[in-house]
Amino acid sequence: MKNIKCECGHVNPEGTVLCEACGKPIEGNQHIDGNDKKKLLNMRYDGSARRSQTYNKSIVDKIWNFFSSVKIGVWLIVTALIASAIGTIYPQEMYIPADAVSRDPSIFYEDRYGITGQIYYQLGFHNLYGSWWYMLLIALIGISLVICSIDRFVPLYKALKIQKARRHASFLSRQRLYSETEHVTSEEKNKIVSSLKKQRYKVTDENGHILAEKGRFSRWGPYVNHIGLIIVLIAALLRFTPFMYLDDYVWVREGEQTVIPGTKGEYYIKNKDFILETYDENDERFQKAIKKEGMVPKNFQTNVIVYKESGETIPGEEPELEEVAEDEIRMNHPLKFDGYTLYQAGYQLNEFTSMTFKVHETDDPEETSLGNFKIDLTSPKPEYKLDSGFRVVVDQYYPDYYLDDGEPKSETDYPRNPAYVFTVHPPDGSEPEMSFVGIGKNVDATGENDYKLGIQDFKMRDVSGITVRRDYTLPLFIVGALIFMFGVTQGMYWQHRRIWIHPTGEGILMAAHTNKNWFGVKKDIERMIADTDIKMVDDQQELDD
Amino acid sequence: MDFLSISSTMLYTAFILYLIATFFFGATIKEKKSDKSKGIAGKIAISITIAGFLAQIVYFITRWIASAHAPVSNLFEFMTFFGMGLVFAFIIIYFIYKLNILGLFALPIAMIIIAYASMFPTEIAPLVPSLQSHWLYIHVTTVSLGEAILSISFVTGLIYLIRQVDQSVRSKRTTWLEIVLFSLIVFIGFSVITVAFNLSGYSAQFEYTVNNSNNTITTDYHLPPIAGPNDGELITGDKMSPLFDAPEWMRGVDAARKFNTIIWSVLSGLVLYGLIRLILRKRIGAAIQPLLKKVKPDLLDEVSYRAVAIGFPVFTLGGIIFASIWAQIAWDRFWGWDPKEVWALVTWFFYAAFLHLRLSRGWHGEKSAWLAVGGFAIIMFNLLAVNLILAGLHSYA
Repeated sequence: MKNIKCECGHVNPEGTVLCEACGKPIEGNQHIDGNDKKKLLNMRYDGSARRSQTYNKSIVDKIWNFFSSVKIGVWLIVTALIASAIGTIYPQEMYIPADAVSRDPSIFYEDRYGITGQIYYQLGFHNLYGSWWYMLLIALIGISLVICSIDRFVPLYKALKIQKARRHASFLSRQRLYSETEHVTSEEKNKIVSSLKKQRYKVTDENGHILAEKGRFSRWGPYVNHIGLIIVLIAALLRFTPFMYLDDYVWVREGEQTVIPGTKGEYYIKNKDFILETYDENDERFQKAIKKEGMVPKNFQTNVIVYKESGETIPGEEPELEEVAEDEIRMNHPLKFDGYTLYQAGYQLNEFTSMTFKVHETDDPEETSLGNFKIDLTSPKPEYKLDSGFRVVVDQYYPDYYLDDGEPKSETDYPRNPAYVFTVHPPDGSEPEMSFVGIGKNVDATGENDYKLGIQDFKMRDVSGITVRRDYTLPLFIVGALIFMFGVTQGMYWQHRRIWIHPTGEGILMAAHTNKNWFGVKKDIERMIADTDIKMVDDQQELDD
Repeated sequence: MDFLSISSTMLYTAFILYLIATFFFGATIKEKKSDKSKGIAGKIAISITIAGFLAQIVYFITRWIASAHAPVSNLFEFMTFFGMGLVFAFIIIYFIYKLNILGLFALPIAMIIIAYASMFPTEIAPLVPSLQSHWLYIHVTTVSLGEAILSISFVTGLIYLIRQVDQSVRSKRTTWLEIVLFSLIVFIGFSVITVAFNLSGYSAQFEYTVNNSNNTITTDYHLPPIAGPNDGELITGDKMSPLFDAPEWMRGVDAARKFNTIIWSVLSGLVLYGLIRLILRKRIGAAIQPLLKKVKPDLLDEVSYRAVAIGFPVFTLGGIIFASIWAQIAWDRFWGWDPKEVWALVTWFFYAAFLHLRLSRGWHGEKSAWLAVGGFAIIMFNLLAVNLILAGLHSYA
C-alpha cells in the first residue's frame, strides 16, 4: 500500500482524492473524480479512496470494478425495466383468459395474436418473469447493490469520521457555495456560531477553523435501503424451497370434507356452505351503474370448518379429527391457522349431487309413475332395480355433457350437466329399450319405445375453490421492506449539510456543501449571516449543458 | 340537495377555481419582481388554489358519504383524486420554493386530468368483493399522492425545457418538446370532442364477434365511427358507416371502439394544435419561452430533483409495499406479475435509475428534465393504458 501523506500531516490510503482530514486535493489523483477538468471538486464520496477506483490488476479487481460502477447498475435497472415492460405486451401464461380457444400457450398466442403472438411465445416471453435470464438480471442487480454499497460505504464512513474542521483553503474555494469576506469581527463570528447552533448544527472549532455539520446520518440512507433490498431478494430466493413456501389449491364440495393438500394429510377442511351474493339492482345508490354495467357480485364466501388429525391413526381406519377453526372465508378475509392460510379463490355453482328418475308409459298423458330410482352422482351405480320389477342399466354417463360435431362428449369429470344413455328392461321380459336423458333432453332412440324416463327431482350444490398457503418468507419480506423504507426516508428526507469557515487574517473564507437540497442550505446560511456584514455565498455551480 | 349532487357541484367549483388561479399565476409573470415583498397576484393565486383544493376535498368527502366507500374505485374517481393530489403536491412545493411559475403549469395539467377523468362513467358503482377492504383507500391514496409528487418533477422539467431549449433553430429537441406539448393537447381534444358528441346525444351501435367465438357482442359508439369493429355490422341504420374496419388483431372486447376514440382524440388534438400554431405563428415552446426569462433554471432543476426525492419513498410505500400487503390479503399472493403491478415496478425502476443518474455528473439540467418527462409518461401509461388496453386484474374502469 502506497499511503499518501498530506501537508497537513494526515496519512491517507492509496487512491485518496481529497485528503481525509483537510480536504486538500491530492496531486496525481485528481483524474479519478474528474476534478482536473473542473473548477469545482467532486464531493460525491468526499474524495475518499474507493477500491474500485484504485486497483485494476487482478480478475477480482476487474469484477469488483464492473459491479461497483453506478453506470453498470443503471444499465441493469434499465434493462430490467424494459424486460418487465415487454412482459405486459401480451398476457403472461398464467393470465391466459378462461374464454380462450385453448389455454395451451403453444396454441393460444398464435390463435389470438397471430404472427406476433407466435414470436412472443417462441421467445419465451409468455413466461418472462420466471425465465432464467430475467432472474439472472435481478441477481446481477443484487450483486451490483452489494458491491456498490461496500465500495462506497467503507471509505466514506472513514473519511467523514476523520474529517477535521481545519480545511485547506483550496478545498473551500472549490466548493459550489463559496464566499470571501475581508473583515469579520469576533462579535460577528460569535453570532454566526450561535446561530448555527440554534439551527441544530453540530459545530466544531479548531483554532478558529469552524465546521458546522448536520444530518450526517442521511448519508447512510442509500446503504440502509440497499440492505433492505438485499433482504427482499434473499426472501424471494427462499421462496423456491417447498418448506418455506407452500402454494396449493383444493376444490371442496358443499357438505363434503377433504384433506388439505400440502399438509401431509394432517388437516381436513369441510365446506358447510358456499355463498354468492350480488348487489341489489334496486338499490337506489347503485341503480344507475348496475343498469349500465350489469350485475355486480357482492360477496364470495365459504363457511368452513378445519379439522386436525388427533393422535395416532391406524391405516385403514377413519382418522380421529379435532376441530381447529371454524370461519367464513371471504375475499379480503382469509382464514389463518397453525401457519397456514386459506383463501376464497374460486367457485363452481350448481353441481348435481343426485337425480331421481321415474319410468312411465310413453303414451300416458298423466305420466303416472311406474316406479322411480335415484342416482347418487358421488357414486353412480351401473344399474338400478326398481320395486315394480323394472331394471334400468346405465349404458353411458356424461357428467358434463356437450355435443362435439354431433357426438356426445363430456367436457369435464364434474356433474355440471349430466346426461345418460339408459337401457330400460321392462318387468314382463319384453325387448329392452334405449333412451337418452339429460337436462331438457329426452330422446327416444328408435321412436317406438313403450316406456319413457323423466327427471322427477334433483339436488345441486356449489363447489368452493380454496387456495392453501404457507409462507415463512413473509416476515423476511416485511423486514426487508421496513428497512428499505427506513433507509430511503433517511436518505431522501434528510440532507447532510456542512458549512466550513476558514480564518484568513482579518477575514474569513466560507464554503458549504450538501448532498441534496442546495436551496435549504442557502437558507441556513442566510439565517446565519443575518445582521452581520459577512458576504453571502456565491453559487458557483456549472450546469453541464 | 343530496350528497351526490353537492359532490359534483364541488368538483365543478374546484375546477373553475383552478382555472381562475391559473390566470392569477399568469399575472405574476408581468409583475415587477421585488425580492422583499412577493407580488399580490401570487398571493391571490395561491389562495384561490387552496380554496379550489378545499372544494375538491368537499367533493371527495361527500362522494365518500354518498357511495359509502372511498371514491377511488374506478377510473373517473381515481384520476380525479390524482388531479387533487397534484394540486396538493403543488401547494406543498409552492410553500417550500415560492415558485409562481409552477402554478401556471401545474394547475392546467391538473385541470386537464380532471376534465379527462370526467369523460369516464361517473356513476357510483358498487364495490366488487376484491375491493372491499380498508386497503382500498390506504393503497390508492398513497399511490396517487406519490405519483402526484413525482408528477411535479415533470411540471418543473417541462418548464425547464421550455425555458432552456434553443428555439432559434428547429432541432430534435424542439420537435420532441412540441410532441410533449401536443400530447397534453390531445387530452384536451379528447375532452372537447367527447363533451360535444355527448351533448348531441350521438350513438351508433355495432354487432361483432370476438376471438373466433360464436357469441355476438354489441358495442355502442358515442363518437362517429372512423374505425368500426372488424367485421362489425352497423345496427343503427341512420348513422354513418365506418370509413374503415379496425385491424384484425384488435379483437378484444370494445378494442375497436377504444381505437376509434384514440383516432378522434389525436385528430381533434391535431386540429387544436394546428389552430394554436396558426395563431402563434411559431412553435408553442418558442411562444412560451419569453415568458419564462425570469425563472432560474438551476432552481427548476433542483425542484425537479427534490420532487422525485420526496415522491419516490411515498410511491414505494403506496405502489409497491401497501399494494403487496393488500394483494396478499385479497388475492393470496403479494406479487403476481399482473400488468398494473409490473408497470408499478417499471415506474419504480425508472425513478430508481433517475436517482442513481443524478449521482453522476452530466445528468443534471436538461437531461434530467427529459427524464422527468419520461417518468410522467410512464405514470400516465400505467394509469390509462394499462386499464384501457392491457386488461388485467386492475381493469375496473
